Amino acid sequence: MPHPPYLSPGYRSTVLRAPSQPPVAFKADPDAIELSSPVFGHQEVGSLDADLTRQHEGEPIGERIIVTGRVLDSGGRPVRGTLVEVWQANAAGRYAHAGDQHPAPLDPNFTGAGRCLTDDEGRYRFVTIKPGAYPWRNHPNAWRPAHIHFSVFGTAFTQRLVTQMYFPGDPLMPFDPIMQSIPDEAARRRLVSSYAHDVTEPEWALGYTFDVVLGRTPVES
Amino acid sequence: MTLPVTPSQTVGPFFGHALPYPRDWELVPEGRPGAITLTGRVLDGAGEPVPDALLELWLGRTGERGVLTRDGEGVSGFGRCATDPEGRYRFRTARPDGPYLSLQIFARGLLRSVLTRVYLEDRPDPLLDGLDPVRRATLVASGKEDTYEFDVRLQGEGETVFLDF
Ligand SMILES: [Fe+2]
Repeated sequence: MPHPPYLSPGYRSTVLRAPSQPPVAFKADPDAIELSSPVFGHQEVGSLDADLTRQHEGEPIGERIIVTGRVLDSGGRPVRGTLVEVWQANAAGRYAHAGDQHPAPLDPNFTGAGRCLTDDEGRYRFVTIKPGAYPWRNHPNAWRPAHIHFSVFGTAFTQRLVTQMYFPGDPLMPFDPIMQSIPDEAARRRLVSSYAHDVTEPEWALGYTFDVVLGRTPVES
Repeated sequence: MTLPVTPSQTVGPFFGHALPYPRDWELVPEGRPGAITLTGRVLDGAGEPVPDALLELWLGRTGERGVLTRDGEGVSGFGRCATDPEGRYRFRTARPDGPYLSLQIFARGLLRSVLTRVYLEDRPDPLLDGLDPVRRATLVASGKEDTYEFDVRLQGEGETVFLDF
């Protein structure tokens, strides 16, 4: 099981929110609605939605980056036309969210939310700025490593995945109870993006790659 | 070929500027004949409301109204709703073709989403019939005319049945 257990006491918020009973394993009939997923229209997603650096009048402060990768099922097949949503803190580690109390500056030119549909190879691509680390109140001196939140749909509602992408070499990863809630080290490594020089654009932006593999592939018909 | 699956992580507390979208909770337009309201609260193991959960409702087909846009006059098969400070959510939706709707819940403190079913009435059903009466009752909404109430209890007494396929 690559996923973290619901109850991971090092991450305090799990203590009262983790289900105490295991999920009920259920062999769905082929008509079960969970085996399908919404189909997105290309007109529903704007062409600028995937560029988080061009959503305001000016350019955001920070290190401009390109994040790209493929969404695949566990059989290695591309998941085409599926919705990928991302959100993140700004370069200073502050979210454009009313609930974020971290005393770091907001950036008037950065909201930190984007979305796109995957292409025929399952590929997505975002232009953004590298998010900053930020403190949280889980335990004394708690800091989240820099991360980008990802939400991916897939072809079945059972495949629905929300996760976080981390950056290679971030020294905060071993201290982070959210990332460390994943028991298997190889599984944790799959959440770390790779620096990709062939994605890097000269005089413009550094490139990172991050593939997403969705589980619970529905029964083949 | 079997690729190892990408692990899940919590949605965290700060999705509010990213995942909700205009009229996301309205799967059908206001005043549409046959529309129902599905509402309820998300509660934690202490019975306290979860004010930072995100719920997704899926009817099983995409429909004509749009998934992210709400332009059409017909039905959308998908909706989203973030809970309010009292932990309450609300959807305006069409009745599903079958007996149940699919509901997925994300929250800070949930390292992986939980997936459940909302049955609009108790009836013979392959899933329901395999559950003891107390657990079975957690999947059946209480209905009054066109408004259905369905609470999600993440943990403890009355814990909602969550599903693994
Ligand atoms: Fe975050």
